Amino acid sequence: MLPFITRRLIQSGIVLIVVTFLSFLIMNLAPGNAMQTFINPRIPPAELAAAEKALGLDQPAPVQYFRWFRALLQGNLGYSIKNGQSVTSLILSRLGPTLLLMGSAFTFMFLLALILGVISAARPYSFLDYFSTGIAFAGISIPGFFFALTLIYVFAVKLHWFPTSGLQTYQQELSGLSLIIDRAMHLVLPVTVLTLTGVAELVRHVRSAVTEALSQDYVRTAKGKGVSEGNVLRKHALRNSWLPIITLIGVALPRFFSGSVIVEVIFAWPGMGRLLVDSVFARDYPVAMGINLFAAVLVLLGSLLADSLYAVADPRVKYE
Amino acid sequence: MSSLSASSTVKTKKPRNRALKHFMNHRLAVISGVLLVLLVITAIFAPYLAPYDPYDLAMSDTGMIAFEAPPSKEFLLGTDGIGRDVLSRLIYGGRISLTIGLVSATISIVVGSILGVIAGFYGRWFDTILSRFADAVSTFPALFLILTVSSFVRPSIFNVMAIIGLLSWMPTFRLMRAEVLRLRAVDFVESAHALGARGTRIMALHLLPNAVAPIIVQATLGVAEAILTESALSFLGLGVQQPIASWGNMLADARNLTVLQSQPWLWLPPGAAIFLTVLSINFMGDGLRDAINPKKA
Repeated sequence: MLPFITRRLIQSGIVLIVVTFLSFLIMNLAPGNAMQTFINPRIPPAELAAAEKALGLDQPAPVQYFRWFRALLQGNLGYSIKNGQSVTSLILSRLGPTLLLMGSAFTFMFLLALILGVISAARPYSFLDYFSTGIAFAGISIPGFFFALTLIYVFAVKLHWFPTSGLQTYQQELSGLSLIIDRAMHLVLPVTVLTLTGVAELVRHVRSAVTEALSQDYVRTAKGKGVSEGNVLRKHALRNSWLPIITLIGVALPRFFSGSVIVEVIFAWPGMGRLLVDSVFARDYPVAMGINLFAAVLVLLGSLLADSLYAVADPRVKYE
Repeated sequence: MSSLSASSTVKTKKPRNRALKHFMNHRLAVISGVLLVLLVITAIFAPYLAPYDPYDLAMSDTGMIAFEAPPSKEFLLGTDGIGRDVLSRLIYGGRISLTIGLVSATISIVVGSILGVIAGFYGRWFDTILSRFADAVSTFPALFLILTVSSFVRPSIFNVMAIIGLLSWMPTFRLMRAEVLRLRAVDFVESAHALGARGTRIMALHLLPNAVAPIIVQATLGVAEAILTESALSFLGLGVQQPIASWGNMLADARNLTVLQSQPWLWLPPGAAIFLTVLSINFMGDGLRDAINPKKA
């Protein structure tokens, strides 16, 4: 187990370095540089050159990369072209709402995938099996923004059950329970979109993992000695199949982030995804690339964590 | 003699026929395939099928001009804010969206396959570098990177295709690499080696053709994915630009609550079109997967 995690750590470290390298490369592909945007065009070229020298912008690219990388290790992702704010603090200020949204959606997605996956594995070719396959196909095929618009149209505009957008109701001073309820009401629609569009892949994997477990000898033995079907599913089949499911979290994360961009824009959710779209429109490359890098690191950590959990939970796992 | 050869052809069905039979058994896949063929035909013959000019104020035969008009006999799907016919835009938009989907998927399949074959065939440091590179690229959430790179370039159909294609080759790369690693040890590749065939010849004549089946499935799903990505980009305003219609940018107006609320004919049809197209492609991909996977006989 320990060698597995160590090797996985080393591998992730290498990928992380390549990720930072790519980020730096892409950022330098962006047209113009920080100087041209920051500085008054009437400043004489000589002074500009001096300023560039002071900032190290005249150095060759590899030197700049190492400078940038060193700053990165200290948590400095650079500064926004638009307003000079630190990219790190900008991202951190948007992290809360994004984590709230993604955390809730991830929880529901996971529960739904487990329930639908187990049921369709236990009753293959039943109505519920077809139903969950249907949801899975619809979920991967519907554009997130169209789904979101439809939900807003039906449940917010027509039925007035939920608010159309935002994190909370601004006019009222809310506290305690009413604040939580208000938050929850604002979460329902965006979480529904993320859950149903993200659940598809997971359901299929849960179904096949449980189907696989159900064909094992120990399940037959359990059935043979008279264990009830519910217990066979819960204690034998599911227990043995949620292990491969854990690793899927790592795979599902990048896709989940992608989905959150659209959802945050449509529901005016003040999170990282919306910050990304805003900075892309403002051509604020340091912020945009900072968000990319930040998300990539989160994804990397997520999959590392999932793999390590897997290795800890299942003593049979060996690396290669 | 002739009856003998007839019976022997029955016994040894060509794999292609068996695959076709499997595919035809997948009812949804067949329906989807028919639907997709119709869509492609509509896209190709858009100029003949569209009732009006998609880029200009539409005037009916009776001389009627309408702005933000709900569906009627003259304008089957209504008109938009500047009097253009929504049905015509939908038909032309399909052209754009399908083209972008196909071209982007082709780019990603070609890039992914070539890199995958090279990585799998040469192995060693070549493989390590390419694999870590693929790992790193796929660590970024795809849409994040695509959005960011889109902001560097002028939004155009060509750039959208290039960006989506060049940033989504990683699944094909992994698939191809794994296939090649499997095939490399197979006898006919070893004998080609022994006969002194050069690397490029083995890759082009022995490895690529034999890895085609899973790549086709991957390509199908890639088209679906690319259509979704294009629609999201265009919806956000970073993809296909007005006045050119794509299914994605036709929905962009619906970000306005008034449009969303009172003019559903503007955003429901293109949304439904994307949904149905992508759903059909996914069903077809599923059918193809069942059909060419001999294990699932």
